Amino acid sequence: MPIIPLPSGHLAWRRYTPRAVLLRWFGWLLGVLLVVQCWEIMNADTIWEFVYDAPTQAGDLLGRMWPPRWSVLEKLWWPLWDTLNMATLGTALGVVLGVPVAFLAARTTTPSLAIARPIALLIIVSSRSINSLIWALLLVTVMGPGVLAGIIAIALRSIGFIGKLLYEALEETDPKQIEAIAATGASGPQRIAYGFVPQIMPTFAGISVYRWDINIRESTVLGLVGAGGIGLQLNASVSRLAWPEVTVMFIAILCTVAVSEWVSARVRAAII
Amino acid sequence: MSATATGRRWRPPPFIANPWLRLALYGGVALYLALALGTLQVNWGRVAEGLVRGWAFIAAFGNPDFTSRWAEIQEGMIESLTMTVVSTVLGVALSLPVGLGAARNLAPLPVYLVCRFIIAASRSFPEIIVAILFVKMFGFGPLAGMVTLAFATIGFMAKLLAEDLEDIDEAQVEAIRATGASWPQMMVYAVQPQVLPRFIGLSVYRLDINFRESAVIGIVGAGGIGATLNTSFDRYEFGTSAAILILIIAIVMAAEYSSGIIRKRLQ
Repeated sequence: MPIIPLPSGHLAWRRYTPRAVLLRWFGWLLGVLLVVQCWEIMNADTIWEFVYDAPTQAGDLLGRMWPPRWSVLEKLWWPLWDTLNMATLGTALGVVLGVPVAFLAARTTTPSLAIARPIALLIIVSSRSINSLIWALLLVTVMGPGVLAGIIAIALRSIGFIGKLLYEALEETDPKQIEAIAATGASGPQRIAYGFVPQIMPTFAGISVYRWDINIRESTVLGLVGAGGIGLQLNASVSRLAWPEVTVMFIAILCTVAVSEWVSARVRAAII
Repeated sequence: MSATATGRRWRPPPFIANPWLRLALYGGVALYLALALGTLQVNWGRVAEGLVRGWAFIAAFGNPDFTSRWAEIQEGMIESLTMTVVSTVLGVALSLPVGLGAARNLAPLPVYLVCRFIIAASRSFPEIIVAILFVKMFGFGPLAGMVTLAFATIGFMAKLLAEDLEDIDEAQVEAIRATGASWPQMMVYAVQPQVLPRFIGLSVYRLDINFRESAVIGIVGAGGIGATLNTSFDRYEFGTSAAILILIIAIVMAAEYSSGIIRKRLQ
């Protein structure tokens, strides 16, 4: 933090040196240039007439979406049940597959730092970087449309989430407790069961419920690519331009998400 | 801990202490599983048929095909990346006023309510549903996708910023105010230094998320690599799909790694 003499002879405090000011200014310039350039490339093919038209289109859309056609609700109970099942069974499967991956990935519990850990980390990263919708797209192509593709898509995405948070929790466990268990002559599995598991159990339960909540939200849209649930009905209605039905489905999705968020918040508050 | 001298085995205490609650929970889970699995409709014939294709896809990962559709892949990737950059910058810029307005200790009640409503609206719908609506409004292409991602970014960043602002240390604010600082000076010298490092870290994290999401919203016509990926699945060109997925994973890994470094340097 330099002090700079002013022309009048007084000293003035500045937060940055002139050099730092210049560098910062240059950095900002580069940033702005990058964004402008991206904007240009992105909009090379944009048809601006459609964009100027957007407020009219929005008004038109709202006009068509109102009033909601509530009668479609009775057709939605079954897809909603499917949605709930996709999220719940998918989370369960994701937990079953993700927990071993977490134990392989954590520095404290991995059987081999050289082989098992990198493989487990690769599984976690791959699973995390691909959205469940893409997993669903892939699985629908492979095994046909339906709830099963949705369950597996949810599970594949959940492995990475649960694996990452759980292995971080495993690495942050208190080594003293593990050492105490080891000092009693406990074997490897016993050390995990009595040393690690009690320490990570609350975190684990919290992570699972949190992921379940996210999965409910995601499974509402998996149907857009054919994986069952309420998204399938939504896709059908959007394709038929049946906007009053779409409104009802939006409301149904919103309520489902709100309920799941409330349940998850209550359960997590009870655990932690 | 129920160990006695009479040689009874020690057992770890159950996770849920109340036995009735525990039994009810186990019973409920069993009942739900029976119902859910019972009503599951699976076309096993179709699944068995798909196993061959699934294997072909896994094999494609060993031999990804970058070349035959490279032009499409390149175009999609450039669209995704530019969408990501523009939407993050725009979203973060717009989230500043919304986040400020949503902090109860800085904003008056009407502003607070409006900003909280914006945040709730942006957070309640999955990105892809918002994308459907914006594609309808703005026409097909990356602009609709960019608006979708920017909209989602506002909710995410503004919520976290507002929470940070509500948690700031009031003593520092008071100290700056005691020097006779005006409201803008107070914001710059007392509030901003407390929240800026985390805000920048979160922006970098959001850049990550936006890239991942940009790979998805192309499915409904909002531009980006998602459309290319969708087409390659439709054509059963698994080599191309594998190539795209590998590229996405590599970019996300690189972004995560560099954002980790940036965040570590800031804190």
